[in-house]
Amino acid sequence: MSGVLVVLEQRAGQWNRMSFEALTAGQQLAAALGVECSAAVVGEGIAALTAELAGKKLAKVYGVEHALLQEYTADGYVLALEQLVKQVAPGYVVFPHTYQVRDFAPALATRFGQVLISDVIAVQAGPVFVRQLLQGKLNADYRQMGAGPCFVSIQAGTFRADTVEAGTAAVEAVAVQLEPGQIRAKAGERFRESAQTVDLSAAPVIVSVGRGIGEQDNIGIVQELADALGAELAASRPICDNGWLPMERQVGSSGQTVSPKLYLAVGISGAIQHLVGMKGSKSIIAINKDENAPIFEVADYGVVGDLFEIVPALTKAVLAAKG
Amino acid sequence: MKILVAIKQVPERDAQIRVASDGRWIEEGDLNYTINEPDAYALEEALQLKEKNGGEVVVLCAGPERVTSTLREALAKGADRAIHIEADDLGSRDTLGVARLLTDAVKAESPDLILTGLQSDDLGLGQTGVVLAELLGIPHATIIMQVEVTGSGLKVKRELEDGWFQHVEMPLPALLTIQSGGNRLRYATLMGIKKAKTKETKTVAAGAAAGAPAIALERVYLPEKQRKTEMLTGAPSEIAAKLVEKLKFDVRVL
Repeated sequence: MSGVLVVLEQRAGQWNRMSFEALTAGQQLAAALGVECSAAVVGEGIAALTAELAGKKLAKVYGVEHALLQEYTADGYVLALEQLVKQVAPGYVVFPHTYQVRDFAPALATRFGQVLISDVIAVQAGPVFVRQLLQGKLNADYRQMGAGPCFVSIQAGTFRADTVEAGTAAVEAVAVQLEPGQIRAKAGERFRESAQTVDLSAAPVIVSVGRGIGEQDNIGIVQELADALGAELAASRPICDNGWLPMERQVGSSGQTVSPKLYLAVGISGAIQHLVGMKGSKSIIAINKDENAPIFEVADYGVVGDLFEIVPALTKAVLAAKG
Repeated sequence: MKILVAIKQVPERDAQIRVASDGRWIEEGDLNYTINEPDAYALEEALQLKEKNGGEVVVLCAGPERVTSTLREALAKGADRAIHIEADDLGSRDTLGVARLLTDAVKAESPDLILTGLQSDDLGLGQTGVVLAELLGIPHATIIMQVEVTGSGLKVKRELEDGWFQHVEMPLPALLTIQSGGNRLRYATLMGIKKAKTKETKTVAAGAAAGAPAIALERVYLPEKQRKTEMLTGAPSEIAAKLVEKLKFDVRVL
């Protein structure tokens, strides 16, 4: 067993944007180990996608095509990829850490008696896979111990998609055996709850509120700061889970990804699911009572203190500065 | 419908975390523990399904003696029974090892539906549920916001990225991992806390660890800063004045 196999994600012929970040990770891991990197695409009608991958620096591109793989199902993907991994016998299988991968990859790894090392934020010599613990408060080094392939998923923003190395690769169609009766779940159409009326991705200034605000009635002080700055009000997931602000104002992996000129985080600790949605901001200011909060790892300016004192004072100062 | 909810006890979110002297885990002695938040949503979903469809809710937790406090809290909220898998060595078991522990207890109960949170607040590997379903040979779906019992099984609402959702239908028995925010969490009532004392908590011994783990956590440590953070200090009005300077001259949004 050797080599790195990257499984890219597509839906209806469109790449998931994280696929090429995982491909970069796979190419770099293969180079570090001195082994070959290959890539696989799963679905139906994927010829254009495999042709695109044929222009990358890869030992082989595997097209896993079957009518029963047109729509994603966990059963379909586990069965198909189990057959592919057995055939290719890679040492490492690399995925983007998408919602889809989270749905099937742990089951796939189980079929090989392995455990997915999920949500990896760095790969170091060894290889050692770095992931976060305790909502980002700690990092942890993980290493594969088993003899089977090592399954890894890469967190968004860890590797740069635009550094995928170009080259030429042969495309190989992989025939997999699938029966309709093996697919137990039936997936429906994708839908959105309502038209998104707030486009946070276009906002130049965002003031975002998290758990530290304590209760819904307190959000007013953050709204006042946002108004003073002419900013959009946003939030981390728990605020929206509680119904204190609508879901469309959520920033993070399950919400919107933003890259404003200024992101002002109030009472947000900075779990990875939040950081992936906002760390591309040009300037980040964080106000939090916990000096060890992970948000300070990405902030340009940090204030450790009581937001109920600092936010009103800042609002007043901003209004005064605007005259 | 018999629903089994697999819950985990984790350190409280605002706990001060210190790395243990061997650098392989955290100091556990002075920590306060609570129910893993996504698991609290799984319990809430189970209680609501029982209220709509009848049946029984059984909570299951593996861990040392201290996890029984979390099981009692689940009973106080309305779960009917609890099962404690007594295991002091969870840290040396990987996901597959923990899922195998749970599998034995689940098989003995043969529930119609198993719910658990989509990931834990401590390890965050996000896969115990999926691995458990695979070991049991039953269908699963992850990151679920709503569950509806249909004539032939379940119809669930699955969260996808960027505000998209999808309905998925599947037969029973099945396993779902529950996302936060689908429901409002209930508090235990005084009556519930009293009743919990009369409810059954069964303790079962953990099976022996099945061979060497597939992955190992070798080292934990504080993350390195990705940016050079300038910390601003002083009284609130001083901090506000300093921030306004930054907003004017560095960030240039004023």
